[in-house]
Amino acid sequence: MGKLSDAIYEVHYMDTIAGMDSPIHRVHPLVKLAVTIAYIWFTVSFNKYDVAGLITMVVYPVALFSISGLSFGHSLKKLRIILPLVLLMGILNPFFDREPRFLLYGLTVTDGMVSGLTLIIKGMLTVLGAYLLIATTRIEAICYALNLLHVPEILVTQILLTYRYITVLLSEANHIFEAYSLRAPFQKGVHYKVWGSLIGQLLFRSIDRATGLYDSMVLRGYNGNFQHSQLPKARLKDYAYLLAWGTAFAVLRYTGLTTLLGSLFI
Amino acid sequence: MHMADALLSPAVGGAMYAASAAAAVYSVKKLKEDFSPKKVPVMGVMGAFVFAAQMINFTIPGTGSSGHICGGILLAALLGPYAAFLTMIAILLIQCLLFADGGILALGCNVWNMAFYACFFGYFCLYKPIMKKGMSKGKIILASILGCVLSLQLGAFSVVLETTISGITELPFGVFVAAMQPIHLAIGTVEGLITAAVLIFVQQARPELLDAAATENKYSLKKVLVILGVVVVLVGGALSLVASSNPDGLEWSIGQVTGSPELEAGGSVQDTLAGVQEKTAVLPDYSFGNDNVAGTSFSGVLGSALVAGFCVLLSVIFGVYKKKKKLNSEK
Repeated sequence: MGKLSDAIYEVHYMDTIAGMDSPIHRVHPLVKLAVTIAYIWFTVSFNKYDVAGLITMVVYPVALFSISGLSFGHSLKKLRIILPLVLLMGILNPFFDREPRFLLYGLTVTDGMVSGLTLIIKGMLTVLGAYLLIATTRIEAICYALNLLHVPEILVTQILLTYRYITVLLSEANHIFEAYSLRAPFQKGVHYKVWGSLIGQLLFRSIDRATGLYDSMVLRGYNGNFQHSQLPKARLKDYAYLLAWGTAFAVLRYTGLTTLLGSLFI
Repeated sequence: MHMADALLSPAVGGAMYAASAAAAVYSVKKLKEDFSPKKVPVMGVMGAFVFAAQMINFTIPGTGSSGHICGGILLAALLGPYAAFLTMIAILLIQCLLFADGGILALGCNVWNMAFYACFFGYFCLYKPIMKKGMSKGKIILASILGCVLSLQLGAFSVVLETTISGITELPFGVFVAAMQPIHLAIGTVEGLITAAVLIFVQQARPELLDAAATENKYSLKKVLVILGVVVVLVGGALSLVASSNPDGLEWSIGQVTGSPELEAGGSVQDTLAGVQEKTAVLPDYSFGNDNVAGTSFSGVLGSALVAGFCVLLSVIFGVYKKKKKLNSEK
């Protein structure tokens, strides 16, 4: 099944690129998490008619893509999941808000058109911001950052274990579905008569696997406390990275940089 | 139903993070009360199971389209509501980070819309009361469909509220609701049927899995009332903020006939009753006077609480009446 094997490939690919080495990959995970949240926060806080201001936030993904050496093409694939909903909302705005804003070569641009465009840009930038975090930070490092933020231990362990077992169970589901497809070649999905047994089998295999996992964890000294990987503490350059981006976002958000730059020429 | 960051304002995103975090902290506390180290790997693997199972498409007979499993109710039935809620958080976080399905700022909203309603409202208010006196095939189907449909309806409605309060879309509230609710009614029914099929299979093949979760989480009316209260406060309070100041359907119809949205009352009985209403109304015309937003919101919460209280009172009265009737018939 395409969807399942695509997901397996995606998890492996993200694991590989997160393990690469670049100046961005080496930044402390907690700092990267804080910068990402700040970036998304500032991006969504732009006024819905402030396209010019919002455009300046492109600086962050452009800088990170160039420094980290990540492929921009792959990140575009991520947009296809979230973009349809955002596009739908954005495209509908011109129909409900027809207040004229300005004239562009004789064409009246309405408030709805501007707010629709802002929504689409915000959608793209926020997805890119999140992508840059996970593409430059391993899940263990993100869990370590969550630990530092005092997120309950049990929740952090859940994230880590779920992530580790996703590929295993996706492969298991893929085997089950492929076996089913071979016996029902022209069936679009799973027939309703085997809904329960097909997923039920996967469920039992998962529970058996969890029991086996628990036994092996106990044999290795597990007593209820999960040992997370310890990473080095944040260094001075990590704080400098945080300060630099924090200042940059605030400047881009509150100074109206594009208007200032434009006024130099007009 | 995963929300994107672009559909939210920072204030709404932050508020929903706080609400979801409170539910998560409570769940962690409840789990720690009778903590079993074995539950940790089971939760982790079950999270991965739901993740994988959600990617399998199930043919919907006679439509040509397909649906997938509803994770929240299934996990709550197998692991109990608290463990299920934490597992759902892990799934939603991984979906958001790895597959860009939902945003980082929107995670609080997504946890609330997809995990809270299913694991707490769906489980304590629907699944558990239905299963109170033992499980059967019919009860599993009813609980799964009702649980999935109602939790999805609340989730879809919350998406509309969160987006509208954020001021992101120009889509009128009514149009947005009319677009979201019916489609999620269909999705919920299909997801409920798939969930029921899996739970029936589990009940027939390994019933001990369902019994373990059922004995761990006893039905309690107090819990049901608390959860209903939280839902009422959030949905009622937030809904009032986006409520239209235009006349409602009845007022509009009266307006078309008489030229005024309210009928002029004449006569001593009407005058006396109007006087009583004026004196007893805590929030006349749903406001605090000067502070309209706070007033409207508070009125929404108060009104919803009163309706909920009235329903509880009615059910208590009916319960007492039924008990009396039963005692009389036994005599």
